[in-house]
Amino acid sequence: MYKLSDNHPDQSKQTGVVRQANSVGVGQTAEVHQAGRASHASHTSQASHTSHASQIGPANHTGAAGRRVYLDNSATTPQDYRVTEAMMAFMTETYGNPSSVHQFGRVARTAVEKARGQVADLIGATPEEIVFLSGGTEANNLAIQGVAHARANKGHHLITTAIEHHAVLDVMEDLAKNGYELTVLPVDSEGLVSVAEVQAAIRPDTILISVMHANNEIGSIQPIAEIGTLARENGVLFHVDAVQSLGKLPISVIDMNIDMLSVSGHKIYGPKGIGALYIRKGVKIKPMTLGGGQERNIRPGTENVAGIIGFGEACRLAAEGMGGAFAVELLRDKLLNGIVERISDVVVNGPLGDKRMPNNVNVSIKFVEGESLLLSLDMQGIAASSGSACTSGSLDPSHVLMAIGLPHEIAHGSLRLTLGKQTTEEDVDYVLEKLPPIVERLRAMSPLCDCAASQH
Amino acid sequence: MYSEKVIDHFNNPRNVGEIPDANGVGQVGNAKCGDIMRISVLVENDVIQDIKFKTFGCGAAVATSSMVTEMVKGKTVQEAMSVTNKAVAEALGGLPGEKLHCSNLAADAVHAALNDYTEKKMRV
Ligand SMILES: Cc1ncc(COP(=O)(O)O)c(C=O)c1O
Ligand code: FES
Repeated sequence: MYKLSDNHPDQSKQTGVVRQANSVGVGQTAEVHQAGRASHASHTSQASHTSHASQIGPANHTGAAGRRVYLDNSATTPQDYRVTEAMMAFMTETYGNPSSVHQFGRVARTAVEKARGQVADLIGATPEEIVFLSGGTEANNLAIQGVAHARANKGHHLITTAIEHHAVLDVMEDLAKNGYELTVLPVDSEGLVSVAEVQAAIRPDTILISVMHANNEIGSIQPIAEIGTLARENGVLFHVDAVQSLGKLPISVIDMNIDMLSVSGHKIYGPKGIGALYIRKGVKIKPMTLGGGQERNIRPGTENVAGIIGFGEACRLAAEGMGGAFAVELLRDKLLNGIVERISDVVVNGPLGDKRMPNNVNVSIKFVEGESLLLSLDMQGIAASSGSACTSGSLDPSHVLMAIGLPHEIAHGSLRLTLGKQTTEEDVDYVLEKLPPIVERLRAMSPLCDCAASQH
Repeated sequence: MYSEKVIDHFNNPRNVGEIPDANGVGQVGNAKCGDIMRISVLVENDVIQDIKFKTFGCGAAVATSSMVTEMVKGKTVQEAMSVTNKAVAEALGGLPGEKLHCSNLAADAVHAALNDYTEKKMRV
């Protein structure tokens, strides 16, 4: 176990922890953070892991890679080894099709139904209300298109917010091109939606409101329960993208009056390519795919059995570990405060306090560009992400940062660091040691400031 | 995504800074993503004696700035004016498709600095 109090600046170098999570190849979603760099000085591992860290990935990976710190847990999380273990049998000897009558099928069916219960438990739903599918993107697509088409006779007006994930916004915009009317609500400078504005937007022909629980970029947490009450009172269906909040914030689909909820496995230490849509009993949606009747005909296709089992186990573990959010929040505060203290001209994006996800840091570092920052951090083994125009294929800055009113040049220097349950205080210390000189170097190169003096 | 050469120029950029007694300065902005590059040159006897850059942009923008300064240092103004964006990208071993526009900045900034030099010279 590592010592919380030991802040010796050289500690991280001396202990030279080789993060196991990384040795199993934690998510490589952002192009800039790459696998093992030989150029990193190698250290002998003295195996100082937290108990959490040791639960992720196999032990004894003491390879030559230097320190690697994964702070992109909102992009994806490492898979918990207990999830992998739970899945193992279903990728080997237990291969039956859950729809088959024989024993092979029945074993798979029983396991799938158990997992369905585990997902349902985490959000306060009943198992029959859970439809397994390929992930958050498909869940959002199915919920929105499914309701839009099923309720077209009742109205054509849809409401959403400017900071939704593209898997919501793009679907909404596509419907708006095809006969539906769309209201995209703005957010305030902290990325929060106003309940009053939602209320004002509701019309007699409104059929659906879709608001995300927690934002993936700036971590703002929306007033879901209040909006849920409003939607229910007005007879409008309410969809929530809870991909980022599942397992981190309490969710009760009953108390929050949620009609549909999207969740995904790979953000909660589960497998990629598996997710679920909660559909409240009685809510009709039109399927997007037709076929063999699986998942109550709402999402036919032979089930991704191993993925489902892994997702179920990840949900069980998340319910068990919910209390750990506080520890993550303490580390997050240390990281966020440390950055603000060590680097001048830093703006915090998103709210502070209980309206911010406990694992999210998002700052704009003025006069530097995000992709340069990510590259430099990657060379030190640190994986992060940015909303800079230069990191997006479209060369537009993140729509979320634009929606909270950041000028382009501030959005340019955005840096997102998202912690996970495997994150240690040593990781945080390492970033706080490496980031300031990187910023200093990039600022010295920047035509936007006379930065030699601005560093403190 | 980036070649080793790009990473090398990003990590160890050549000719960073500003020339205090420069006789040509050019600054260009990238309409596409909002990046900015400033180049200052010291030209003597029609030869670029010194050149320095400052860049606010992505890894490719920094690397192309660095590379272009190396390519034109010691060259005549006319030679430097004929260096193209494409040549800079090629000298770096190529750039990913979505990063090609970044290399436009580099040669353009050099040309802008040299135009500034030529204009100033004509005025005296
Ligand atoms: C808020 C939000 N919604 C949806 C998704 C998409 O989920 P998936 O990757 O499972 O398709 C993500 C993941 O990036 C997300 O952060
Ligand atoms: S300078 Fe913005 S993408 Fe290269």
